[in-house]
Amino acid sequence: MPDFEYVRPQNMSEAVDFLKVHGSETRILAGGTDLLIQLRNDEISSPFILDVKRISELQTGIQQKNGVVSISASATVSEIILNNLINAYFPALITAAKTIGSVQIRNRATIAGNICNASPAADSAPPLLVYGAQVVIAGSKGMRRIPLNEFFIRSGVTALQKDELVAAIELPVPTTKMGAAYLRRTRRRGHDLASVTLCCAIEQTGTVRLAYGSVGPRPVLVVDKSGILVDKKASDEAKMATLESMFAQASPSKTSMRASPAYRLAMLRVLGKEGLDLAISALDELNEGEKSLNEGGK
Amino acid sequence: MEKLIPVEMTINNQHYSLQVPPSMRLLDLLREKLDFTGTKECCGIGECGVCTVLVDGKAVDSCLMLAVEADGATILTAEGLARDGHLSDLQKTFLEKGAVQCGFCTPGQLMSASYLLSQNPHPTREEVEEGMAGNLCRCGCYERIVDAVLTVSGKDGGEK
Repeated sequence: MPDFEYVRPQNMSEAVDFLKVHGSETRILAGGTDLLIQLRNDEISSPFILDVKRISELQTGIQQKNGVVSISASATVSEIILNNLINAYFPALITAAKTIGSVQIRNRATIAGNICNASPAADSAPPLLVYGAQVVIAGSKGMRRIPLNEFFIRSGVTALQKDELVAAIELPVPTTKMGAAYLRRTRRRGHDLASVTLCCAIEQTGTVRLAYGSVGPRPVLVVDKSGILVDKKASDEAKMATLESMFAQASPSKTSMRASPAYRLAMLRVLGKEGLDLAISALDELNEGEKSLNEGGK
Repeated sequence: MEKLIPVEMTINNQHYSLQVPPSMRLLDLLREKLDFTGTKECCGIGECGVCTVLVDGKAVDSCLMLAVEADGATILTAEGLARDGHLSDLQKTFLEKGAVQCGFCTPGQLMSASYLLSQNPHPTREEVEEGMAGNLCRCGCYERIVDAVLTVSGKDGGEK
């Protein structure tokens, strides 16, 4: 492992002041489950490693405030899986989080780190995109918020500037009922990177939000408001044509070892159809649940 | 030369005040500096789980953590499982069930199993399989390892 200086700021202003001067020669350490591998393999070297885990402002965990659930940058994937708010409002994020690495990895890895690495295969990305995540960024000029969809640029590259760090990820609490599902294809069961990831969410209004990853340089979010995909009277052809147009941005790498472009594109369609059906069932279940609750009250 | 950083931690109920270089992994500190050689190194990239230890009660891969990140933490390694020279129930059951062949992965398996049972004292077979998925065994003892964990949890009718 290359030598570096370890920096452990106690609060956000210390962190931001350091990055203002040394941002271009600093790598940020949260869970470290990707960073330490890159350092070990000499894929990166950096004079400074800045550990964000003891920044006092980042000790907030997962909180709900003003219609938004905020996930602090130091919250681990395991904390997310166990959290009641995330389970209640964002079940597809739980499904995705459970597929990240192993127990040992999830006990260290953070969702903020997962998006900052900007892997096209990041499991948390499709559900976060579908649920409308915003990234809260701290920098020397203050705080800013951008939609996650604008945060991802391409593999390994984000909109984060050298003097900035991610403070939190915010998810708006759904205002209408939403059915969602997360799916992935891997080479083997268990502990493996995904060859295709997909999250589908359906709102009560018929709007379908679809996000997919590992089939291009960055995860993609597409929204369809036509209502065709949830229309029980619409023909399968019409639905497939709509789904097909939603997959137009998929352009899998020809050089990846995990799967060929043809396989990924074929599986994307399989997952799309499956995800849509699962999301519709999830929404139906929510509606049924409410109906029986109302009837029970009479 | 890297600047040494002072750290304090409790390892297997003993307090340590140490000086560590920033690039030293927790694994290197445990194995090379403190001789807790139960913690093994194999893949070095968080795939195999042989370096699993508990940090503040949570199972982690010690190859993916800097020693300095453990400043202030309480650490348990396989050496800390036995009490007064007597194996823990989990260790005994691993032996009874033949969940050990070459033994290289065993300390990591024990640490993951300890964590699993601390979080979920009565797991189902599926939960054990998921909870232990981060630990590889090249001898292929998986069935017996799962059996051992289930036995300790009392899931097979309470046999110990």
